Amino acid sequence: MRTSGVIKRAFRDTLPVMTGYIVLGLGFGILLSTKGYNALWALFMCLVIYSGTMQFVAIDLFTSGASLTESGLTSLMVSARHLFYGLSMIERYKNISLIKKFYMIFALTDETYSLVCESDDENYCFWVSLLDHSYWTFGSVSGAVLGQVLPFDSRGIDFSLTALFVSICVEQWLNNNNHYSSLTGFAASILCLIIFGSENFLIPSMILITLTLFIMRERIEATHE
Amino acid sequence: MNNFRELCIALIAGGVTALLRFLPFIAFRTRCPDFILYLGRVLPYAVMSMLVIYCLKGVNIFAGSHGLPEFIACLVVAALHVWKRNTLLSITLGTVIYMFLIQVVFA
Repeated sequence: MRTSGVIKRAFRDTLPVMTGYIVLGLGFGILLSTKGYNALWALFMCLVIYSGTMQFVAIDLFTSGASLTESGLTSLMVSARHLFYGLSMIERYKNISLIKKFYMIFALTDETYSLVCESDDENYCFWVSLLDHSYWTFGSVSGAVLGQVLPFDSRGIDFSLTALFVSICVEQWLNNNNHYSSLTGFAASILCLIIFGSENFLIPSMILITLTLFIMRERIEATHE
Repeated sequence: MNNFRELCIALIAGGVTALLRFLPFIAFRTRCPDFILYLGRVLPYAVMSMLVIYCLKGVNIFAGSHGLPEFIACLVVAALHVWKRNTLLSITLGTVIYMFLIQVVFA
């Protein structure tokens, strides 16, 4: 009885994530299938990566001819924020059994984090993690299937990734009164894009960003929320 | 195996992402280095800006449509997001407008 109550509550709270994940997952699946990868690939990526942003970027790595080193470094930068999520969950996830904890850490996406960081109930956190994962997988696999069945002009659908990043950027900007880090990201990337060209600018950008943030640390920390 | 390269990339992307998710739980059980905590706080902002530029890296402002469809669609997403703060709405409408621009207006 208690467990069913917890599941019910987790389901209710994850409804907004469900709409978001299914729509975004559909976009991912459709894009993946238009690049020539079938639903099995979508399923595989949802099971081993399970990060919306990373999965979208992985499609780009597939098709752009990126090297394995470049893929690894790009993954490192794209997923670096997860470090921060983990840091704030160490205390909360302390006393959970090993297997459950293993899964819950693996499944700690942006959206799941936004829900579990508010709760102390480990069962609730587990069900939120599992439900979110299943919405995302359902959306992605459906998208990959639909993309192969529905013949429509999908040119430009990859803009959904750009739109995702732009909206996160705006969200971050509105939530923070210190814009040094955001601006550093723009300035360093554009500078490196001009100097190194579109094929090779990512790694120099990452180095330049880290260096700049290191040098400006005192200044940033004085005003950062 | 003709998709071996993609398989490797997917596993690397998954491995690195999992590593970053697990690292805090493994490494900083007791105490976390100051600089890492600092990076964890500020890096997400810079990375998101970098990813926007990464998405737009193929745009040529000197030829073709001069990056106008991208510029307009990005502006729509940003403005819509400031107004409604609804990620799903911003992404969906922005993408539809972009698809319309490149398939119809700038075709």
